[in-house]
Amino acid sequence: MNGVTKIQDRSPQPAPTTEAMPILEMRGISQIFPGVKALDGVSIKLYPGQVTALIGENGAGKSTLVKILTGIYRPNEGEILIDGVPTTFTSAQAAIDAGVTAIHQETVLFDELSVAENIFLGHAPRTRFGTIDWRRINSGAKALMLQLESEIDPTIRLRDLSIAQRHLVAIARALSVEARIVIMDEPTAALSRKEIDDLFRIVEGLKRQGKAILFISHKFDEVYEIAENFVVFRDGRAVGQGRLKQTPQDEIVRLMVGRDVKDVFPKVEVRIGAPVFRVENYCHPTEFRDISFELRRGEILGLYGLIGAGRSELCQSLFGVTRPSSGRLVLEGKSLDIRSSGDAIRAGIVYVPEERGRHGLALPMPIFQNMSLPSLGKTSRSGFLKAANELALARKYAERLDLRAAALSVPVGTLSGGNQQKVVIGKWLATQPKVIVLDEPTKGIDIGSKAAVHAFIGELAAEGLSIIMVSSELPEILGMSDRVMVMREGLAAGIFEREALSAEALVRAATGNQ
Amino acid sequence: MSDIASSKRVIPDRLGSKTSRLLASWEVLLFGVAVLIFVFNSFASPYFLNAWNLSDATFNFTEKAMIAFAMALLVIAGEIDLSVAAIIALASTAMGAAAQAGIGTPGLVAIGIGTGLVCGAFNGLLVAGLRLPSIVVTIGTMSLFRGISYIVLGDQAYGKYPASFAYFGQGYVAWVFSFEFALFILLAMVFGILLHATNFGRQVYVIGNNEFAARFSGIPVERVKFILFLLTGVMAGVASVCLTSRLGSTRPSIAQGWELEVVTMVVLGGVSILGGAGTIAGVVIAAFVMGLVTFGLGLLNVPGIVMSIFVGLLLIITIAIPIIARRIKEMS
Repeated sequence: MNGVTKIQDRSPQPAPTTEAMPILEMRGISQIFPGVKALDGVSIKLYPGQVTALIGENGAGKSTLVKILTGIYRPNEGEILIDGVPTTFTSAQAAIDAGVTAIHQETVLFDELSVAENIFLGHAPRTRFGTIDWRRINSGAKALMLQLESEIDPTIRLRDLSIAQRHLVAIARALSVEARIVIMDEPTAALSRKEIDDLFRIVEGLKRQGKAILFISHKFDEVYEIAENFVVFRDGRAVGQGRLKQTPQDEIVRLMVGRDVKDVFPKVEVRIGAPVFRVENYCHPTEFRDISFELRRGEILGLYGLIGAGRSELCQSLFGVTRPSSGRLVLEGKSLDIRSSGDAIRAGIVYVPEERGRHGLALPMPIFQNMSLPSLGKTSRSGFLKAANELALARKYAERLDLRAAALSVPVGTLSGGNQQKVVIGKWLATQPKVIVLDEPTKGIDIGSKAAVHAFIGELAAEGLSIIMVSSELPEILGMSDRVMVMREGLAAGIFEREALSAEALVRAATGNQ
Repeated sequence: MSDIASSKRVIPDRLGSKTSRLLASWEVLLFGVAVLIFVFNSFASPYFLNAWNLSDATFNFTEKAMIAFAMALLVIAGEIDLSVAAIIALASTAMGAAAQAGIGTPGLVAIGIGTGLVCGAFNGLLVAGLRLPSIVVTIGTMSLFRGISYIVLGDQAYGKYPASFAYFGQGYVAWVFSFEFALFILLAMVFGILLHATNFGRQVYVIGNNEFAARFSGIPVERVKFILFLLTGVMAGVASVCLTSRLGSTRPSIAQGWELEVVTMVVLGGVSILGGAGTIAGVVIAAFVMGLVTFGLGLLNVPGIVMSIFVGLLLIITIAIPIIARRIKEMS
């Protein structure tokens, strides 16, 4: 862990923390959404001149915290203190006025505006006639960019910049409002190593100016390199915080994963059969390279990795939505030529997408029409619809999945997230596939439905279906999978048998830490 | 599985009775408007309630409605074709030139419809093949197709059509029922079945509602869109045969501005301009409404420009009423 030693080498920072006064303190913050407690009594402190890393799985409550700090959500309980004074953020503007600014994963900037306009949008200096003072905007923008050691011309349009340069603009925008508390939400997700180094130099600069920084990242090496303090979130609670220097990485992984996995996901024991499906040296021009694996009858193969590791892209290319540049698929001994999702469905491979509303369903259309869509060839007669057959098919899978709906003819959009997911799964089961790919099958659905979906996946495996399950939730992967393939930066970083599965091993493979 | 079996509840197929669903539909509202206009017209003019006058009135909408059926499918799928009137002009020009060269009636019909087919294929290729936005493509081909007509004809006109060619626009099948009206009814049924009773029609709805989901469900989105442009081109060709036959001559300005009247008919018929919803029955009723309005105003000697104001107002009012009504309902 050279990150740790580096920190020790260079620490001219003011000695922490117990005596220093936090700029921002959150006390007992809870955020309740219908059916979900997104944050549950969270308390954190941010100190001047220090970086605090916020660590947690997807869905642990990190984004909710960011939204509270930027005035988008108002917490149901708890208080926020700035310089020890209780404050409420009534709007996004109120948060900015209080000195909080956020640089998001996908920076919210405007492609068609200039760098300077982006930086000063909403708080542009005015001339005495009330018009925008272009000279001050451009010189101000130039000064801010120079402060970030960048010589980007402030009059250039944003669309002509690289992603890393856009990040600089976003940071300049954050600095232009004289923020004292800077939130960086996975700022390195889209950056190369060199760009990350540049970013970290800027962060060091911000520290020297005495700003408090909340740094959200999945990557442990970065966290150890840049941050002094850490907070670990799990299931909406702050389960651990402290000084990174004194905390080994294993401890943080343990805090992240937490609970005893086997209790939450009772694995259905299934006799795993012969190999059914084989992927050989699958490559994509940009997203993944040289992926090979085998899937057996009744097996659940977990696919784990960080966001951007290429998992969804791999699955979509197996399903014919995108074309691989090379590689081969073999199903039951026969080589497949899949050029479209229609080909994949006919071959017996189906894909339940991550974004249900966007990719999976026609929300204004009735449940039964959504369910029958990929099976129209079976329910219709010589090209003519047979509503009775469609309804019968929908009824069969609705009952099997215990769908809750007023009628089979109501629009899918009127159902809850969990029930929508049941319609998507039912729609694909109705095609009687051999291989089913589930992309984040329980993302964004309530706990009760989650358990039902897990139980159902187990049943499918027991019936002899082969399942590929993409998930970013470690407990789900650990609890459900017979084997796990970990992907990192488009490559297969390892395949783990069930006996060798552990949260630590998977996280290490996914982040590339030894 | 056992716990699921024990908690099994029966989900009904549909909610409410058939009549209650029907009464709440757009088509019934529009039908009410049509009846109102009919009653108003019969009081306003003594000439209105005459079988032959009413038959004449159908020519106001039959040709436009033929295109509107195909356009309805296109709009439901989330696309649009603004070049239909220009296709009429180009097809009519092609037929005129062929008639000049002495080609007989069957050949003229084939040339008219064939021109529509080629134009539709061209649009389809640009939209579905190259994935260009249809509104831009068809504004371009609108100028292109009509531009060719203008180059060929200039300020001339073709007028020498064979006598038998007149049947399509001027002939009667039985009593007061014109050939055009009979064709309109036949095409309404064909497109109604295509949209509402076939797998193809279902695919059109799904594409309009969620193109991503359609693609992810194995629907050949591009192929469906190409076929829809082809169909629209063919229907514009058919309309061109009828219109040219009825007028007995071709000028490059033929059917000028019809594309907007066709789109108006489609939208008035309850087809969502955003795609995903609408019925052929709605378009049929909308065709009658527009025909009755223009005919009634014509009997009252209202000039054409005022008529278009009426049609415009009618469109805005019929679109606005249900939306405003829903908002009032939501507020209370």
